[in-house]
Amino acid sequence: MAITLSGDQAIPSPPLSARLTTPQVWGIVLLAPYLLVFLAFVVYPVGYGLWLARHPASYVALYHDPIFARAAVNTLIFLLVGINLKMAIALFLSGFFAQQRTWIKWLSVLFILPWAVPSIPTILSVRFMLNPEWGVINQLIFKFTAEDGPNWLNDPSVALAMAIGVHIWKSLPFWTLILMTGRLAISHDLYEAAAVDGASWSQKFRYITWPSMQTLYITCTLLSMIWTLGDFNSVYLLTGGGPADLTHVLATLGIRYLRLDQLSLAMASIVCALPLVLPLVYFMMKRLSR
Amino acid sequence: MKLPTLREVGTEAKLLLIGIPVFIWTMVPIYHMFLFAISPKEDAFSGKLWPDHPTLNNFSIVFHQQHYFLRDFWIQFWNSVVIALSAGALTLLIATAAAFAISRLRVPGGRWVMNLALFTYFIPAAFLAVPMYRTMGNYGLLNNHWSLILAMVTIASPYAIWVLKQASDKLPGELDEAATMDGATTLQLFRLVYVPLMMPSLVAIGTYAILLAWNEYLYAFLLLSKDTEITLPVALGNFLAADDSPWELLMTTGFIYALPPAAIYYAFRRYMVGGLTAGAVKS
Repeated sequence: MAITLSGDQAIPSPPLSARLTTPQVWGIVLLAPYLLVFLAFVVYPVGYGLWLARHPASYVALYHDPIFARAAVNTLIFLLVGINLKMAIALFLSGFFAQQRTWIKWLSVLFILPWAVPSIPTILSVRFMLNPEWGVINQLIFKFTAEDGPNWLNDPSVALAMAIGVHIWKSLPFWTLILMTGRLAISHDLYEAAAVDGASWSQKFRYITWPSMQTLYITCTLLSMIWTLGDFNSVYLLTGGGPADLTHVLATLGIRYLRLDQLSLAMASIVCALPLVLPLVYFMMKRLSR
Repeated sequence: MKLPTLREVGTEAKLLLIGIPVFIWTMVPIYHMFLFAISPKEDAFSGKLWPDHPTLNNFSIVFHQQHYFLRDFWIQFWNSVVIALSAGALTLLIATAAAFAISRLRVPGGRWVMNLALFTYFIPAAFLAVPMYRTMGNYGLLNNHWSLILAMVTIASPYAIWVLKQASDKLPGELDEAATMDGATTLQLFRLVYVPLMMPSLVAIGTYAILLAWNEYLYAFLLLSKDTEITLPVALGNFLAADDSPWELLMTTGFIYALPPAAIYYAFRRYMVGGLTAGAVKS
């Protein structure tokens, strides 16, 4: 059968079943569930989404929508300011938590709490702390200065800064932990030798710590940027995109369009983020798939 | 006992100067939530740092569902439990099978599948949410728990496969050869050799998937809408719809909702830190 079908090919290939060993057949069977999930819930939605975003008119509409421009700028601020600030603090704190002290061990157990608890209740807790009339922060300001505190979430730049703060609060422990494992992997001999030579704290950091952690730090920063693009909770639950839709980021904007029943705009806004996402994803894949 | 030198005292003071702000920064939102949970309504809004009359009354209101917003508390709690456990079990099943096929059986195209999975891992979840919502609608799964379970499996399994593949690459190949020589079939190899050796990683991945599904807000809020079908985080978000939300009850419910994942995290911390952070970023 195979011979007649392959026609004038010089060497007929044997049928598929003959080329595979039993373990390989099992391998395909065991891989099938994931492939099914992948086809049904990744390939189909992504293809469908791209198909929905095919109209050039959607992009024109986005271009003329001031909320989209604002969301794009907010997203960039969130990524460039928020993530770099977070990673710098994480790098600093990783050095702090690498100290061998009993009380620091205990503090590190507590420090991981923001990462271990779900984000919804804690973000809502912060939201209420910032409430202008009833929140504890403004009550304390009133108690000490007898003046009304600011209306925190009503000013778009303050509200965005607060959302970034919430994001940092939530994910700082995770990145500190990762950077700490990197720091602990550095040989202790190097620091001892440097101490003998009389190196200062900043010299030790500049010539030993940073060169060994550079790659890890940059990988972490990029990975955190990709994930933060999808951080819906910090903005949505704290500000809801308000006041006047001025604090949206791309993650919440897509959902906003969806709720307004403008599906093609929702998909188009996501497609607009792809030129930013795909190079980062490509870089990360090269790093991690080795 | 030797008295500490001035230099040692200085170092300790500097460390405390970092440690105290870190402690306050970490604990304030959590303490604020706890404070509301044990305060009667009058105390909660007074801006005090400890209530005059701490009470467990809020918990009793939540557990007895004695408020309009809480009338379906137990069924929503149950929904969260069912969805988290199903997503965890399904992820574990699918990811273990796939990692075994790719790493141990060296199935043709396995590397390719691994790369596809990694690619999915890097798509921000919020970007996939909109098309996923439409897809679930097309499949007729909206307002069905399966939609959320399958969405969570889709999001959790790429990372699960990647971590499990990294871990199983480290198992010596002679193990499989020896078992095959003794006449073990592929399934026996999987059940009697592979799974027992992979236990620590499997625990880590199972915990990871369960926590991911338990904590998920965005997908739950898009895919489920009926009051008796939604999970706890969506119910918490719904409190915000009203202007006169009972914040002390919201914080109490939030506190109850936050306890299981925190407990699971600390119970499995040994596995989580070893299995997940080491795999999360390769330097």
